[in-house]
Amino acid sequence: MRNVKPETGGFFQRVRSWHPPAFAPGYKSTVVRSPQRAPISFGNTLSEITGPVFGREILGPLDNDLTLNYAKPGESAIGPRIIVYGQVLDERARPVPNVLVEFWQANAGGRYRHKKDGYLAPLDPNFGGCGRTITDEDGNYSFLTIQPGAYPWPNGINDWRPAHIHFSIFGHGFVQRLITQMYFEGDPMIWQCPIVRTIPDKRAIETLVAALDMEATVPMDARAYKFDIVLRGRRSTMFENKLEGN
Amino acid sequence: MAQQLDRLKETPSQTAGPYVHIGLTPNICEIHGIYEEDLGTRMVNDKTRGERITVKMRIFDGTGAVIRDALIEIWQADADGLHNSPSEPRGKADPNFTGWGRQASDAETGVFTFETIKPGRVPFLDDRPQAPHISLWIVARGINLGLQTRMYFGDEEKANAEDPVLSRLEHQHRGPTLIAQREGDTYTFDIHLQGEKETVFFDV
Repeated sequence: MRNVKPETGGFFQRVRSWHPPAFAPGYKSTVVRSPQRAPISFGNTLSEITGPVFGREILGPLDNDLTLNYAKPGESAIGPRIIVYGQVLDERARPVPNVLVEFWQANAGGRYRHKKDGYLAPLDPNFGGCGRTITDEDGNYSFLTIQPGAYPWPNGINDWRPAHIHFSIFGHGFVQRLITQMYFEGDPMIWQCPIVRTIPDKRAIETLVAALDMEATVPMDARAYKFDIVLRGRRSTMFENKLEGN
Repeated sequence: MAQQLDRLKETPSQTAGPYVHIGLTPNICEIHGIYEEDLGTRMVNDKTRGERITVKMRIFDGTGAVIRDALIEIWQADADGLHNSPSEPRGKADPNFTGWGRQASDAETGVFTFETIKPGRVPFLDDRPQAPHISLWIVARGINLGLQTRMYFGDEEKANAEDPVLSRLEHQHRGPTLIAQREGDTYTFDIHLQGEKETVFFDV
């Protein structure tokens, strides 16, 4: 760990218009699950500014390798092998080190290992579908997986999810907590997806599309996709009541 | 033109979807062998200081149906009001209390069960003490951005009455949506996403 004092400033106000609204009827599940009253705001107290931390001791050696972490010895998951990597930053463009990043996804055929998923595509006996890692001192993370498939879902008569990986990211404060989904560069399914289209601004959607990075590809092994993640930034303590840390 | 501020925009949220438990509580949905245990299921151990409590929560949608595919994370102070976090400037929290819990609902009943302790009081911005509370973050299919709220304790009437957040609610009759009721060592907290009893959610 670098010898820097943890920051304790409050977080920037969330720009809610950049996020999907709670009520987005094109995604039917939101209709009865969206709060209708305005949320209440108050300045961040220590209940919001603080948050849990996770040490590397929780990580197993295969936690960031979805091709092997559920596979029988000597076997591996079926599908195009990809490395997903990126940096977790905050809105001040500062790296967010030592935070837990979790991910989950369907298999190469677009099927989840879940008893409520009855899609025709078969389960892969060597693929569980989840993994996790912790960012390094510079906020970097990476993992190895297989590219998930697109799949149909019950919303309209013929709605399909584009290939995607779900991400859960912790920051240093509980109100930085974020869940999102990563899509793949060049996938024409992205723009027809009712869940993607809950996000009003095309530029915001584009930040969820990981870029194919041939320079980070491992020759004869796995292609690479780069997906950077931005968490809420926090005010410098210079602007707090107590002048410390500046 | 002025100088650029060089700020980035927060990554937009997307729903956690119906299979959030594969990622965050895989052992609950019968994916065994990847993680020894699901994170956040044990908040306390034998040495944790403070009053042991059980918190049972449910989430209801706008039709009044209980939701069975959600996930709740909670975050709270220890018995002395300190957080187990590097961003806690006031002192070191109880090392035997994580302060953070994560639970899937019971697939049949929709009940979330947290075994924790009653938190101490945490100061507000102006140093007035807040009433004891637990912060919540709720994600599920059909929830596009994780919902923030708090749970207060029904047997803390005096502290609740002077709490800076509860007392600033414009619609005071909505305050009780944030207060869990006690029976024995168990608090019950029902969350309503919509309707007459819609829980007060926060944008903080």
